Parts: sequence; C-alpha cells; structure tokens
Amino acid sequence: MATLRYREALNQALREEMTRDERVFLMGEDIGVFNGAYKVTQGLLDEFGEQRVRDTPISENTIVGMGVGAAMLGLRPVVELMTINFSLLALDQVVNHAAHIRYMFGGQVTVPLVIRMPQGAGHQLGPTHSHSFEAIYLHVPGILVAVPSTPADAKGLLKAAIRDENPVVFIEHEYLYGQRGEVPDEDDHVVPFGKAAIRREGADVTIVGISRMAVTAEKAAVQLAEQHEIDAEVIDPRTLRPLDLDTILASVRKTNRCVIVEEGWPHGGVGANLAALIQEQAFDDLDAPIGRVTGADVPMPYAKNLEQIAFPHEPQVVEAVRAACGDL
Amino acid sequence: MADHPLPEPEVAREWLETMLRIRRFEERAGEQYARAKIGGFLHLAIGEEATIVGSTRALRASDYLIGTYRTHGHTLARGSEPGRVMAELFGRVDGLCRGRGGSMHMFDLERRFLGGYGIVGGNLPIAAGFALAHDYLRTEDVTLCQFGDGASNQGTFGETMNLAALWNLPVVFMVTNNRFGMGTALERHSAQTDLQRKGEGYGVPGMECDGMDVVDTFRVTTEAVRIAREERRPVLVEALTYRFRGHSMADPEEYRTKEEVEEYRRRDPIVTFGDRLVAEGVVSAEERAAMDAEATRIADEAVAFADASPAPEPTSLYDDVYVLGGEVQGWYSVDERGAGVRRGEDIG
Ligand SMILES: Cc1ncc(C[n+]2csc(CCOP(=O)(O)OP(=O)(O)O)c2C)c(N)n1
Repeated sequence: MATLRYREALNQALREEMTRDERVFLMGEDIGVFNGAYKVTQGLLDEFGEQRVRDTPISENTIVGMGVGAAMLGLRPVVELMTINFSLLALDQVVNHAAHIRYMFGGQVTVPLVIRMPQGAGHQLGPTHSHSFEAIYLHVPGILVAVPSTPADAKGLLKAAIRDENPVVFIEHEYLYGQRGEVPDEDDHVVPFGKAAIRREGADVTIVGISRMAVTAEKAAVQLAEQHEIDAEVIDPRTLRPLDLDTILASVRKTNRCVIVEEGWPHGGVGANLAALIQEQAFDDLDAPIGRVTGADVPMPYAKNLEQIAFPHEPQVVEAVRAACGDL
Repeated sequence: MADHPLPEPEVAREWLETMLRIRRFEERAGEQYARAKIGGFLHLAIGEEATIVGSTRALRASDYLIGTYRTHGHTLARGSEPGRVMAELFGRVDGLCRGRGGSMHMFDLERRFLGGYGIVGGNLPIAAGFALAHDYLRTEDVTLCQFGDGASNQGTFGETMNLAALWNLPVVFMVTNNRFGMGTALERHSAQTDLQRKGEGYGVPGMECDGMDVVDTFRVTTEAVRIAREERRPVLVEALTYRFRGHSMADPEEYRTKEEVEEYRRRDPIVTFGDRLVAEGVVSAEERAAMDAEATRIADEAVAFADASPAPEPTSLYDDVYVLGGEVQGWYSVDERGAGVRRGEDIG
C-alpha cells in the first residue's frame, strides 16, 4: 500500500491507462501547460506530448461533443471539465448524444467516453461554482455515474471507467483532492462499478453517504458511537449507476433504519430516489421513516457563514440519525 | 504610435484618479485575501485599468455595463461605493450583493452595472438581451459587454454575434484581450488571434484599441458606442491589454516568463498616463502624488468599512430564492431543519 492524495491517485490512473492503451487521450481546459486547474493532470503533457494531452479552448459543449465523436470511432477520450458547474454548458452533448447514441442507433456503436470533473462546496466560490450535480446525471439512462470518496476508489474507478464501453460521468470532489489514503500497489488496481463499500459496520442504523458525504457520514458515525451509543453502518455506494442496491438493502434489513446524506439539493436528489427504492423493496423492514440530510434548497451563497450552513456537516447527520433512531 | 490628444484637463484628471483608485483598491483586496478576510477566488484586473476606465467613460450614466468575474474595477468605475464592493469581497451584509455573490458576482443595479458573471461566455447572450430590451423599449441606451479572449471561444460568442447583428441590436462587445485564458496563451486557444475579426463572418464589424492607453480606449469605444446608439447595430472592439497578476490569487504563472510580465509592466497604463499628464502640464507631480495618497486612503477606508460590516444573518439564507407574495405564498423547503414552512409564512 502506498499513501497517496486523491489527486495523485487520479493522476496515476490516467498515467497507467495512457501507458496501457494508446487510444486513451486527454482533452480539457488548462490540463496541459497549466497542469490542470486542480493539478490532476500534472506532468502528463511532458510525459505523453501534445497529441495525447490536449489543452482546449473554453468550449465545454464542443469538447464533450468531440469526445463523443472520437469515442464513436474507437478512441478512448478522457475529457476534463474544470468543475461540474461548467458541465451544464455541455449537458446537451452528455444527454442527447453521449447517453443516447448507442440506444438510438440500435446498438451499432459505443461511446467509451469518460468525463471527469470535480464538484462541491466549501471554498466560497458562490452560486456559479459550488454545486453538486450527481442527481442530474443520475437521472439520465445511458451513462454511468461514479462518485469516488477515497484515493483508492478514485484510482480504481477511473481505471474501470476508462476501460468500460459506456460513457461515464466521473464526479470528483474539490475538497477530497488533497486528502490522503491508502492505495493498493498492484499495477492493476481496478474497482468495479456497481459495488458499494461498507466503510463501517454497525447494527443500529444504515447511513448512506454520497461523494464527499461518505467521509462526513463516517465521521458522524464515530460521534454517534462515542456520544450517543448508536452503532451506525456506513455505506458508500461509490457508483450511482449502476447502483449496488443489494448491499444497501441488506444493511437496512439488518438495521431497520436508514439516513441518506448528500451535498446536493433535496428535491429530486439522490436521497429522494434511493429512499423510494428502499421503501419499495424493504418497507416491512423499516422501523422509521428514511431520513435525508441534504444541501439547503438555495443557490450556494458566497458568505462563509451562509455557505457553511448550506451544506451538510457531521452535526446534521448526527441529528438526523438520532431522529431516525428515536433518540431525540 | 502617435498619441491621441488628451481630453479636457478635469476629464483627464478624473481618469487618472479612477485608475489609481481601482489599482489601490485591488492591491488592498489582494492583501486582504492573503489574510483570509476574502475567500474563494479573487481575480484582479491590475494592468487592465485603462481598458476599464477608457471604455466605461465612453458610456452615459444611463447606459448599461456587463462583465465577468474580474470586475471589481468596473463597479468602482461605475461609481459603486468602494466600501460596499470590499464588503462584498468580505462576504458581509453591506456588500453590493449582501455577501451572496462574492468577488466573481458583483452587481449594482442603480449604477447600471448588471453583473459580474462566473461562467465564461455566459454574459454575452444576456448583454444581447439587454440590447433587445433597449430596442424594444425604444430607449437610447446602449449596452457595453466585456469578456475575455478565452470567452471568445465559447459557443455563446458566435450565437450572440449572429443574433445581435441579425436583429440590429445596440450593443458593443469588448473582448479584453489580456493574452491568456487562465494559463492558456491566445495562440494556443484561438485559431484567429486577431480577435477584432472574430465577429466579421456574423456581420459584426471589428475595431481595435490599445487597452493600455486610456485615451485610445476611450476614443475607440466612443465611436463604437456611437455606432451602436445611432446606427443601431453591434460592434466588436478588441482591447489589447495585459494582466500583471496571476489569473487568480492561486496561480504559479508557469505559462509565461517573468520577462514578458516585466515588459508589459513597463507600459503600466497608470504610470504612462500619469507621466503624460505631468509632461503636458495637466497635473503637477504633487497633485499626482496627492491623488495617489487619496486613492490609498479610500481603499483603506473600504477595508475598514467591510471589516466593520456584520456577516449576513443565518436566517437570511432563504431570502430572495423566490419572489414571495404572488404565486409563492410561503417558502416551503426541505433542509437540515426538516420539512416545513420557512420564509414568508406570514404573507397573505
Ligand atoms: C464555462 C466556464 N468554463 C471554465 C471556467 C473556468 N475559468 C474561469 S476564468 C477562465 C479563463 C477565462 O479567460 P478569459 O476569457 O480570457 O478571461 P480573463 O480571465 O483573461 O479575464 C476559466 C477557464 C468558467 N468559469 N466557466
């Protein structure tokens, strides 16, 4: 095991996949000479050259569309969008084309495109730069959605994403880039899609944490154990499409209680969807309504104090779990 | 290049004064950022003051201005109170946008500065929409829309040029070509580097000005605004300028050489204009120094004002998401406090 930062783990995955497969190439704004807005592509231009590490103009819709085209002809483009907020400019290409082309053309082609981008609040970037949009992509059939929360998963899932034949929306997190974690040494550390990770085992309640909120949920679970004698199981789904519902259901059947934590907005959120799935399949196993902890239902404000109360932290998770456990 | 004649002395003095005030304000903002009084991204326009002042001075007070995430100077040039601009940077309740927007999202309706936009290229269609409104409402107003060289590669650029030309809209587009979109040099991001020509195919004629020279920027923008106002058609002006600082505060600037930056710094628009005013007897060296001292005093005062302004009340989090009182009688929300009526429960 090596200890790596999340961004370094991603960098390794890119380097390894580019070395393994000549068809893999990168496109994005400031990924080359500037080494990436968040330094994920550090050093790759020097190593692989301009043919394979392409600085693009600021043209999100077009670079994603070009990724679609290149992928249709057999290349393996990995497009970096500077943040998920700017992916809204490319939403047309993602939904109307990347996601639908295979289906609409009767299965004649594949679109093995990976779109990487970070999301998340907490850096006071205001309403155009701070949102979490996994729910938007979760909504769309035809794409896969990854939300890695650890360096090991970041690496393993990115490698899996690049190798898969489907278009993948790969959602990183700005807060996590600097976080360290153990990453397996083997040169082929691949994490399969559709397999949740149980971050902590517990008997009293299941907490599902999405993206960075998996980390928040784990911290909350420690507090719950130490201060409230509540033994929480923490599940990180790691990918939202495909979703490992079985692992979540098995946990809920054991604990009979569930709280879902996400950074995005509540309406139509990941938690709303997951709560529906759980109650459809495990209604009789539930002893309490499924709890949700989400970002506030507002555009993300700039002011530090407002921003901090507009997305979930441990205390809100602790409170929601205690409510679900009848401890309040 | 032959210098264009100076305007009336008091006009020239005001230009120098405003450029100095923007510069000292932004320097202070940079310091406050280093002290963590300001969060998020801080994009300074140091080096671009002649472009800002020369272009905005070509507008009437009733005209509209719209820009990017690099617009502290634009708000100041339009007359916004420096204290309120700084308070916005501090995320305080007295900020222009009550601390909601921060550095990248300035706005001052009263002064017809209609924003500060964080999405590159996002402001171009909005500007054309303003111009559509001027046309529709048969006013004499003109909109000046500023964006960077990098933004000229967004799809919105071509789409907006086309519609503005097709519908004969009174709008002046100004591409502030500071030679970089973040760390990507012009030659690496745009096939057409003569940016004033980028609108030609759409029917938007181009003009160019020396964005390091406030007089030239004013002269060219004045003509562009006249065309928009009188001939009712869009114009694209390219202002050739340079930013002396990094793209934002966290920029190691590995994409350009120190020599290049030095070379442009020798053409500092404030120094050159100040020198010229002294040489031509418009201001004395003492007056110039006094102006500078006053600019510093105003910037310090802005910092003190911002520092004294309180943070927004936590209960204000849900204010202004919707207009209440019409179709929306109360603000129903699901958040960390649980489902329930939040704002405006007493309305109706
Ligand atoms: C749609 C979108 N894509 C990317 C970004 C990130 N970004 C912010 S500023 C910038 C460079 C813009 O360069 P330019 O238009 O030349 O303006 P300048 O910063 O030089 O004033 C980039 C890529 C963004 N804010 N919005």
